[in-house]
Amino acid sequence: MAGTDRRSTPPDEAADDPPLSVEALTGPGRDAALSRLHAMLLRATRAELARRAPRVGITGPELTDLAHQAADDAVVSILRRLSEFRGESRFTTWAYKFAILEVSSKLGRHFWNRPALALEPEQWEQLPARFGVAPELAAEARDMITVVRAAVDNVLTERQRLVFVALVVHGIPLDALAAKLTTDRNTLYKVMFDARRKIRAELVTKGYLIDPARMVT
Amino acid sequence: MLSDEARGALDRFLTTDPADAGCDQTIALLDAYVEMVAAGQDPERAYPGIAAHLRSCGPCGDDFEGLLRAVLGPESGD
Repeated sequence: MAGTDRRSTPPDEAADDPPLSVEALTGPGRDAALSRLHAMLLRATRAELARRAPRVGITGPELTDLAHQAADDAVVSILRRLSEFRGESRFTTWAYKFAILEVSSKLGRHFWNRPALALEPEQWEQLPARFGVAPELAAEARDMITVVRAAVDNVLTERQRLVFVALVVHGIPLDALAAKLTTDRNTLYKVMFDARRKIRAELVTKGYLIDPARMVT
Repeated sequence: MLSDEARGALDRFLTTDPADAGCDQTIALLDAYVEMVAAGQDPERAYPGIAAHLRSCGPCGDDFEGLLRAVLGPESGD
C-alpha cells in the first residue's frame, strides 16, 4: 500500500512562471528559467551545507562562498547534461541532485585546506576507536590493531592498502580522498569493497571471525 | 583475542553485500529513488542494489539524505 506523498512544490514552481523543465531552459524564456534554477539550487546548497557544517567545521562567509560555488557549478552541470534527463523523476528533483553532489565534491576538496593533514605517517593506534573500542581497553585495542594490520599487510594490494589506511585508519572522508588521489568516489568505493572482502576472508581463515556458511542456526 | 563487541563491529564493517550497486549506479538513479521515498513508496523493492549500497556507503547515504530534504522542503528539517 502506498504511503503519504510528502514531496513539496519548490518555491519557484509556485509562481505563475511555467515549471522548470528542459523546455524552459532551452526555449525563449531561457534566461528567466536559468535565474530561477540558480535561485532554487542556491537555496538547496545553503541548506545542505548548513546541515553538514557541524561535521566539517566550516562557518560564516566561507560557507556562503561554498554554497554559491556549488550552485554555480550545479547549473553548469545541468545545462551540460540536459539531454540526459529521462523524466525518471521530476525535473527539479533531478536538478537538486546536482546541487547535492556539488556540495559533496566541494567539501571533499575543502577537507585538505585544514592544516596538518596528510596520508603519512600511518596512525594505526586510531583504528580501535573507529570500531568503538575505547582507548582505555589497551589490551583489546592492541589485539585489534595486530589482527587487522596483519590482514591488511598479508592480503591487500598496495593500492588497496593505501585506501584502507586513509579511509579506515585515518578516517579521511571518501570524497576528500578521491579529490586527493584525483579519482572518483565509485572507484575508491570499489577498492574498499574488495579490500573489505579480502580482509574478512583472511580473518575468517585465521579464526578471528566466523564464516556465515558454517554458522548453525 | 578480540572481544565479542570488537569482533561484531569488525564483522559488520567487513561484510559486503553482493547486491551492492556501487556509487555510480546509485547516483544515476538517486533522484528516482528519493522520489519514491518522498511519495511514500518502497524503493527497496524496485532498486534493491541501491538500497544495499545506501546501507553501506556513507557519502551516498549523505547525498540521499540531502536530496530527500531538498525534495521535501525546508519544513522537513530538524
